[in-house]
Amino acid sequence: MAHPIEIILLRQWASYIAVPMWIQDEGGNMIYYNEAAAQLLGRRFDDSGEIHVSELATVFETTDLDGKPIPSEELPVAIALAQRRPAHLPVRFRAFDGPWREIEVTAVPVEGQEGRHLGALAAFWERV
Amino acid sequence: MKIRLVGTRGSVARAGITTVRYGGDTSVVQVTAEGGRVVVLDAGSGLPRIQPDGDRIDILLSHLHFDHIQGLGFFKPLFDPDVETHIWGPVSTTMDLKQRLVRYLSPPLFPVRLRDLPNTHLHDVAPGTFSLGPFEVISDLVCHPGPTLGYRITENGRSFAYLPDHEPALGVRNFPPAPEWLSGADVARDVDVLLHDTQYTEDEYRERQGWGHSTLEHAVGFALTVGARRLVTFHHDPEHGDAQLDRRLEGAAASLRGDLKLIPGTADLALAI
Repeated sequence: MAHPIEIILLRQWASYIAVPMWIQDEGGNMIYYNEAAAQLLGRRFDDSGEIHVSELATVFETTDLDGKPIPSEELPVAIALAQRRPAHLPVRFRAFDGPWREIEVTAVPVEGQEGRHLGALAAFWERV
Repeated sequence: MKIRLVGTRGSVARAGITTVRYGGDTSVVQVTAEGGRVVVLDAGSGLPRIQPDGDRIDILLSHLHFDHIQGLGFFKPLFDPDVETHIWGPVSTTMDLKQRLVRYLSPPLFPVRLRDLPNTHLHDVAPGTFSLGPFEVISDLVCHPGPTLGYRITENGRSFAYLPDHEPALGVRNFPPAPEWLSGADVARDVDVLLHDTQYTEDEYRERQGWGHSTLEHAVGFALTVGARRLVTFHHDPEHGDAQLDRRLEGAAASLRGDLKLIPGTADLALAI
């Protein structure tokens, strides 16, 4: 089953953008992140592949800036997916057992034609 | 199911001695079921050449660019109260199909208003599946500027995919990508006959990326990826004459693999599936 055209074009666009971005489908599965995101995540998408929603919490650890764990439903991407609204949050995270980083995350829901809820796009960048 | 290419040209009609074989009229394809039910794909300048003999006709619009709707105003059944005409077109986030078609079918662009057509019914089509008599129709949004649908029509297990304006290579670094990341793949997967945009040469495409069209090489790559059995070229550039189109096809034939057959999309080409 092919992804909806809105998601396909989003991936193609993100692949040319220098801002770190990732895309989750409507089920919460991580289906793409770009090269800029790979530099923060520590692994290229071609090497990691898609990550099922059930495995995301084991691959990515996320806390607030004080090191306190953040419930998964309060993460920006989860809010964009579940509540279909944009969300923003500064967080600490590490991926693939790499170093902890402080980043800002902004997530927006991806709404297609006819009100189809297709997933979420997250852009993030390191705090300076 | 029978298919007839009534209008094959892309962008603008081009009549003349160089377009006799491949045709000068813009996009129109007639699909006829075994029992005679007719569905028409797009309403380009070739539309008036279709002569329906029933009391209902369905026109599926891929999108509303002018070369795909300009025949509507000259299609006699639209003015016949005894013929029920159904026009199907892609949904939009801003206006419904009626509001968008009125822009053409109203003065000053056309003297007759859409509301004056006696027995015409409009349908906004979202991605999904619906039935038209003996046909199952699958529609899906595909890569082309503005909401654009590709259609897959199936009757008795035989299938035909219609992707007249399609740029699946847009932004793809290594084309073709895996099928799940390929625009239009679900419409054309394992289809018996694929009619696909082949408007540009490779040189032209380099200058016109993002305009919504494909090269013959893209279409072949797409067809091979989705497992189509026959590929019919379509939406010929108005600047490309018969001789040039023949040469491009000869060049592309060498890149074919497997059982894929390449068929020149000439005017009035008829195929039985």
